[in-house]
Amino acid sequence: MTDATWLGAVLAAARPRAVAALLRYFRDLDLAEEAFQEACLKALTVWPRNGPPRDVAAWLITVGRNAGLDTVRRLGRHQSLPTDTDIADPIDAEAAMLERIDAGDYRDDMLRLLFICCQPDLAANQQIALALRIVCGLSVRQIARAFLVSEAAMEQRITRAKARIATAAVPFSAPGPAERAERLAAVAAMIYLVFNEGYTTGVAERGARAPLCAEAIRLARLLLDLYPGEPGLMGLTGLMLLHHARAAARFDSDGNAVLLANQDRSLWNRPMIAEGQALVDKAMRHGRPDPYLLQAAIAVAHTRADRAEQTDWAEIDRLYAVLERLQPSPIVTLNRAVAAASVRGPVEALAMIEPLAAALSRYFYFHGARGAFLRDLGRTDEARDAFSRAISLANTAAEAAYIRQQLDDLDADAATPGRKP
Amino acid sequence: MRYAILCYHDEKVVCSWSQEEDDAVMARLSVIHDRLVREGKLGPSARLLPTTAATTLRKDRDPPLVLDGPFAETKEQLLGFYVLDCASLEEVLAIAKELAQANPGGAYEIRPIGLLNPGAAVM
Repeated sequence: MTDATWLGAVLAAARPRAVAALLRYFRDLDLAEEAFQEACLKALTVWPRNGPPRDVAAWLITVGRNAGLDTVRRLGRHQSLPTDTDIADPIDAEAAMLERIDAGDYRDDMLRLLFICCQPDLAANQQIALALRIVCGLSVRQIARAFLVSEAAMEQRITRAKARIATAAVPFSAPGPAERAERLAAVAAMIYLVFNEGYTTGVAERGARAPLCAEAIRLARLLLDLYPGEPGLMGLTGLMLLHHARAAARFDSDGNAVLLANQDRSLWNRPMIAEGQALVDKAMRHGRPDPYLLQAAIAVAHTRADRAEQTDWAEIDRLYAVLERLQPSPIVTLNRAVAAASVRGPVEALAMIEPLAAALSRYFYFHGARGAFLRDLGRTDEARDAFSRAISLANTAAEAAYIRQQLDDLDADAATPGRKP
Repeated sequence: MRYAILCYHDEKVVCSWSQEEDDAVMARLSVIHDRLVREGKLGPSARLLPTTAATTLRKDRDPPLVLDGPFAETKEQLLGFYVLDCASLEEVLAIAKELAQANPGGAYEIRPIGLLNPGAAVM
């Protein structure tokens, strides 16, 4: 590894903690970011000569704080800053600094930095852009590429989002337990948004967006590191790892999405799956059901099968039943019905989804699943109608092709009577 | 003498490597690993999953206490280990330096092994 890539990785790893502490100190996001940049510039000149400091984050915080103080003085800004004396030599001051940044501060700092990105009046794509810029330290150019918009447009989106934050009342006092739990839930949702932005994408965009999934996982690990005993966070982290582990198998060489049942499972990333499974195992011990955790447990059930036919549908049906109680939604019921069809047969599965017809009338998967249940019941004409409806709602060529195959199979079965469906 | 090399590194840094950087480190290491295996010096080695996947059992009380997370909260974490058979500390140090070239950052703790049981082949 070259010095430059090594230095880059070290600075990237220290960034969230350093920016979070500088934000607490200056109570101004722009100033905190600027101060961090200054510290990085200094690091690039000093470290190659003297070697890196023992505690990289503490060094960056101290140097950044002094740089930020200079800016404040230069601009004549009058802010109520803590009254710590200025520190001349950052290296000597490291130990003193370390004492001040105790674990509790660090946790609240990090949570605040993440929470600042998920103010409720920010649109989802603003939240994501802000988190990638401020916490992950991606450049505006990288984020613009990920969202397939121009750099200027992304710059504007981030500037607007920051302006909103500046006017919002960001709480700087240490949060109470209830507030902390609320923030944690908001941050978890924001991290999952970042992940989904990267995950739900066609292959043409895959190259550009793939980093979003990795960044979301990095953020989740960061948060889990702060709150190691939160089953919901273990579930969220596990869920993203288990989904991301399948990345290489999700598209064929033509860029078409490959259905889970047809994926080449040898392409799945095994260490990532192992980590996801470990987190789900850990979280399950707590006996506190959580939507992320249940979805992660469902993903685990899928990855435990070496071949699609070996999938433990009874387990998946059971997990969806709990999820359905915890977070009722037509989509969850539909997914449960697909599992139930393999366990309890198409009659029951069809009965489960018929009440969803109104809510999911424009949903591709609803008509696809309904078609499959009707086909299994031998109601061929109705199945054909459902599949045709699904094709008209297909979002991608691969989805349409899959249903076309189902229709062709129906016709083939009709032509050879007596063949088992 | 058998030695363990315990590999410590800041896992935040390791986790922020891109896949390409990670692959490059692993490729450089595997050249050294393969040679050491051929020379009969390298036994089992392991790369551990992040400490967020860890569970700790505190057994200094009865019943023992199960905790989420690693045993110790440290700036650098135990991320892997090697088991080696070497003639001297000098030799282990030379190997560790070679590994460090391929995988810079963090620290290697070299610990002589008192008792080594082969156990079952769990691979």
